[in-house]
Amino acid sequence: MFGLLSTWSDWATSLSTLSEHFPVLVVVVPMLSAPLCFLSRNGRAARGISFFALLSCLLMVIHLLGRVLDEGVVSYRLGGWPPPLGIEYRYDQINAFVALIVAFVATVVVPFGQNKKAFRVPAGRTNVIYAVYLLCTSGLLGMCVTGDLFNVYVFLEISSLSAYTLVAIGAERRAMMSAFSYLTMGTIGGLFFLIGIGMLYQMTGTLNIVDLSMRLYDVSSVRTLSVAFATLFVGVSIKLAVFPLHQWLPNAYTYAPPKVSAFLAATATKVAFYVMLRIIFTIFGRERSFEQMNLDRILLPLSIAAMFMGSIAAIYQTNIKRLLAFSSIAQIGYMTLGISLDSLTGLVGGIVHLFNHALMKGGLFLAVACILFRLGSVKIDDMRGIGRRMPWTMGAVVVLGLGLVGVPGTVGFVSKWYLVLGALERELYVVAFLTLVSSLLAVVYVWRLVEVAWFSDPKPGIRMAEVREAPLTMVVPVWALAAATIYFGIFTEHSAGVARLAAAQLFGGTP
Amino acid sequence: MSSYLGLWHYHACILLMMVGLFAVISRQHLVKKILGLTITQVSVIMFFVAMGKVRGGTAPILETMNHDAVARQAQDVVFSNPIPHVLMLTAIVVGVATNALALSFVVRIKESYGTAEEDEVLAADHAASVAESAKEHSLESEAT
Repeated sequence: MFGLLSTWSDWATSLSTLSEHFPVLVVVVPMLSAPLCFLSRNGRAARGISFFALLSCLLMVIHLLGRVLDEGVVSYRLGGWPPPLGIEYRYDQINAFVALIVAFVATVVVPFGQNKKAFRVPAGRTNVIYAVYLLCTSGLLGMCVTGDLFNVYVFLEISSLSAYTLVAIGAERRAMMSAFSYLTMGTIGGLFFLIGIGMLYQMTGTLNIVDLSMRLYDVSSVRTLSVAFATLFVGVSIKLAVFPLHQWLPNAYTYAPPKVSAFLAATATKVAFYVMLRIIFTIFGRERSFEQMNLDRILLPLSIAAMFMGSIAAIYQTNIKRLLAFSSIAQIGYMTLGISLDSLTGLVGGIVHLFNHALMKGGLFLAVACILFRLGSVKIDDMRGIGRRMPWTMGAVVVLGLGLVGVPGTVGFVSKWYLVLGALERELYVVAFLTLVSSLLAVVYVWRLVEVAWFSDPKPGIRMAEVREAPLTMVVPVWALAAATIYFGIFTEHSAGVARLAAAQLFGGTP
Repeated sequence: MSSYLGLWHYHACILLMMVGLFAVISRQHLVKKILGLTITQVSVIMFFVAMGKVRGGTAPILETMNHDAVARQAQDVVFSNPIPHVLMLTAIVVGVATNALALSFVVRIKESYGTAEEDEVLAADHAASVAESAKEHSLESEAT
């Protein structure tokens, strides 16, 4: 009895020593599990390994977010070297929040059932997919938590290279061409980001983000600084798919396997958005970005153009994945609108939308995976009458779609509420009006899905009677996300509360 | 004017970068696009290397561990800044990985399309989708 107690206390002390290293383990655990998956030579074992690796990651991020909310910034020195000399992992409200989203979505997607036909991988080698998937997650988490700008670049490339691979394993041969153009655009984006880092290093002699922001106060030469700002901004905009730089996104999301689309849509663009927030608000600061560089004059029209162009293009699509991809471009427009409003309320809207869009698009793409699993097609035309055959899946699509529209009671309403309030605060009445009008466009494309699913007869040649509801392992994750969109739409204090803290911190502490 | 000439290495980097980007945009062959990407990568690497170089600087290696000797050495020897150079080691690795991945995509594209020219690949995709919709159309007209 006594021995058991002492081993228990040993356990507790070793866990508390281990918790000192949680900040780095969040990145290291998925990264080291990737080679394990590769060596396991068995798809099922790899799936188990990646699920437990990501679950432990999720628990560590939750622990860290709790610590950040209680104690403030958590800083971890890699190898014991103090910053700014050594690399620092730094958790504050905003990046712990984004890391939580990434870890959560990554964990939910793994156990999700899958269609073998969705991947172009030889049978028996599906473990490779999980290895690449873990590398991608580890890169995205690393981008969130690191406090070193060059480290951000390295993790950006780790996540991007594995994302190109994940897109390329799509079943259709077009997946490879879309992965190639994604690679071309992504590499150019990464290089622009690298040039920006170089210029900042030239000006300040440091790569630590906090140190950079302090040293940039004294830098008065505006020209190098504006060029650095421009290159960093363009680089991240390519990764984020801000309106004119979005060309890679529709094809990549359409031809990637649906699970991968769900993962990338819910995490990759979100992390890019976080990096953009860091650059604009932490490194350069609100005053410099908006008053010297006049960022809002560029970003505001681009965001509005993205909102309209994305929604209008979504209306005309015949493939549901392509429809969702164009809708993503529109939703990214809402997020960048939140930045460009240059008001605290608007920024809260942008950050909340980051969280909300991850839930909604992740859920929608997973629902598409269910449809592909049973129907074998993702064409909207083939889906006629599917609502009666797959009521749970299509019901989730409707709930999540209403979230995209922004109906009260769903998360989409919360973010649009803050965005419109932010626009009104800045007396940009036209912008507030356009935000509402673009939501109406979302009604059109969501309604198209509803009409096809419930109010049309099956297409000749499609044996709709044979289509059954997707298995429970697929429907439950979709409904978990759909239920979350309603929960966070009604009880807003968790998502919007954390977003408000994060926005206040980015904005400079003055709410 | 002289200040511009003194920055010739930056201008060389910009020129190299434009050459690379032009190749990426204008060439149709996918391998040529990858070559363009590589040239762009190299231009950024050169930019960092040029940044770290100090005129007359040597490799930053201390000759002894003796404190006085170190101080004396630091006074009369000019060192280059090693950090940009070290960063570029990582960037070179990233570049190699990108190239390998891109080339493997090209191999797969060539295998399934029989060509590595971007316009021909896109034309094949377009033809396939046209054929598919024509087939569907005929199916529908048969049914009605």
